[in-house]
Amino acid sequence: MVAASYKEDLAAEPASTAGAALDIEHVSHAFDLDGSVLSVLDQVSLNVKPGEFVALLGPSGCGKSTLLRLIAGLEPPSRGVLKEDGRAITGPHPSRVVVFQDPTLFPWRTVWNNVALGPEAQGNLKEQRSRVDDAINLVGLSQFAKAYPHQLSGGMAQRVALARALVNDPSILILDEPLGKLDSLTRLTMQSELVSLWRSKGFTAILVTHDVEEAVFLANRVVIFSDRPARIKADFQVDLPYPRHRGDPRLAELRRASLSHLGLDASW
Amino acid sequence: MTVSSTVLTTAGPAGEGLRRGALLGLAAAGAWAAVAATAGLLPDVGDWPETTNFAVGAAVIAAAIALATLAQGLAPELARWLVRKSPWLIVIGLFLALWQLASAKLGWLPQPFFPPPQALVEVYAYDYADLGVNLLASFRLLAVGFVYGGIAGFLTGIALGWSSHAAYWIHPILRFVGPLPSTALLPIIFFAFPSSWSASIFMIALAVAFPMAVLTWSGVASVNTAYYDVARTLGVKPLALIIKVAIPAALPHVFVGLFMALGAAFSSVMVAELLGVKAGLGFYVQWSQGWGSYNNVYAAIIVLALLCSSSITVLFKIRGRMLSWQKGLVKW
Repeated sequence: MVAASYKEDLAAEPASTAGAALDIEHVSHAFDLDGSVLSVLDQVSLNVKPGEFVALLGPSGCGKSTLLRLIAGLEPPSRGVLKEDGRAITGPHPSRVVVFQDPTLFPWRTVWNNVALGPEAQGNLKEQRSRVDDAINLVGLSQFAKAYPHQLSGGMAQRVALARALVNDPSILILDEPLGKLDSLTRLTMQSELVSLWRSKGFTAILVTHDVEEAVFLANRVVIFSDRPARIKADFQVDLPYPRHRGDPRLAELRRASLSHLGLDASW
Repeated sequence: MTVSSTVLTTAGPAGEGLRRGALLGLAAAGAWAAVAATAGLLPDVGDWPETTNFAVGAAVIAAAIALATLAQGLAPELARWLVRKSPWLIVIGLFLALWQLASAKLGWLPQPFFPPPQALVEVYAYDYADLGVNLLASFRLLAVGFVYGGIAGFLTGIALGWSSHAAYWIHPILRFVGPLPSTALLPIIFFAFPSSWSASIFMIALAVAFPMAVLTWSGVASVNTAYYDVARTLGVKPLALIIKVAIPAALPHVFVGLFMALGAAFSSVMVAELLGVKAGLGFYVQWSQGWGSYNNVYAAIIVLALLCSSSITVLFKIRGRMLSWQKGLVKW
């Protein structure tokens, strides 16, 4: 399965410019917890080029997921501004779709109807029925189109969540530890699938992960955050062409470097 | 018998099952023969015109059971069904025979308070039109009150769960008025409304609305907020969030509310009919009691039980269809 995905990677030409630029300018964010203010993001600035695959790494609970919520427009930042292709982000929009750690499929909808929710909300489901079919096909679940979420395995459910995001043709795909709860084999398979989807669709991808290896294997840029309140500690390119090979010594080097930024290199 | 005995000799353990089935079926036939014998062979202590017909009916049932058991080969489906139901048929037969003896034959049960089964048959045979009219009246009261109350409670529950402004105003009222049995308001309701029909509808609707509102509210309030996040990023607008996310996610709670509300509606219908409305099974029961015809009372209560039970069955059928996406639904 993994090997097959590599071959697909070789065949797929990187798409030109479907992705959007993302500019995060001096964004700070704080939560009000029972009167005490908890600062989670501190003056974060980051410019993401169209079509870039950026992995955000950082200690658990440092505020990465909060940053993703701000990018998605689910919450406004306390201070600073986020822009998609130069326009300020003021709310959620299907051009910026999130895939969460939990697939969060709507249990009362079949696989097909879950994927169809985006077009349905836009009011153009009638014209887009074949796009829904295509998206389900893309993640290899066409046989399960009529199944309900409780009939799916964890990996299948996460694939449906991915299809539900991709059917909207997002210009920025926001991935909040999407593979975090999968078993390690499914995870390896889906990592490769993610890369080939990204390469064929050309969207900008923002990935939060705890897995350093996943970050350097998937992304062409890795941003490392400090402990809360999150500040950018390091920001480097992964200068390796796709398809990549997990055994590449350069990946091991980058992984070691990332771990040392996170203060976890003692075990290496 | 020849058919089943040849099967018995060749078929080992399966034959064992057949023999047991045949015995059960014959026992059921025997129990119903006992019903016929107790009714037909002993003299009545009172005047019950349907005794003979009742005995003949029981004898016909006994013969039918015996025939279906013995001729298994002719109607195997029927025979299997009969074997499954035989324990119940036996128990019902024995109960009817005992009831017959205790009421009509030996006079252990005081009359006219505990009439024999043939007295109930008499009611169904001669008074079915009146029973039907009253059944329809009860059903109308139940259905109209339940629908009004259900809709009001559902909308109230959604408003409570969705809008903090609505919750600010509605919650205190709900806490104060909701737990009060709506029947306690009966005296006020009956002079405040122009007719006993509209007053009863209001009382039933009030009893239905409270559990519906609370359960719908808790359903909407317990929706996983991640569902809203996902729907919002997919471009679902706030009003559509209620229809596409909040309501379907709350449906399992809503059906618990409907179930509880239906129970509340049954008792309210009865109270309304016993105290105000001059139609319906509750009214029929009270009116019959006034005339001392307790057989009509029992007959009407049995019809009422059927009405309540089938209402619940219909509710569960709808629930099964609408919640088919859920795992492990309880069957009614």
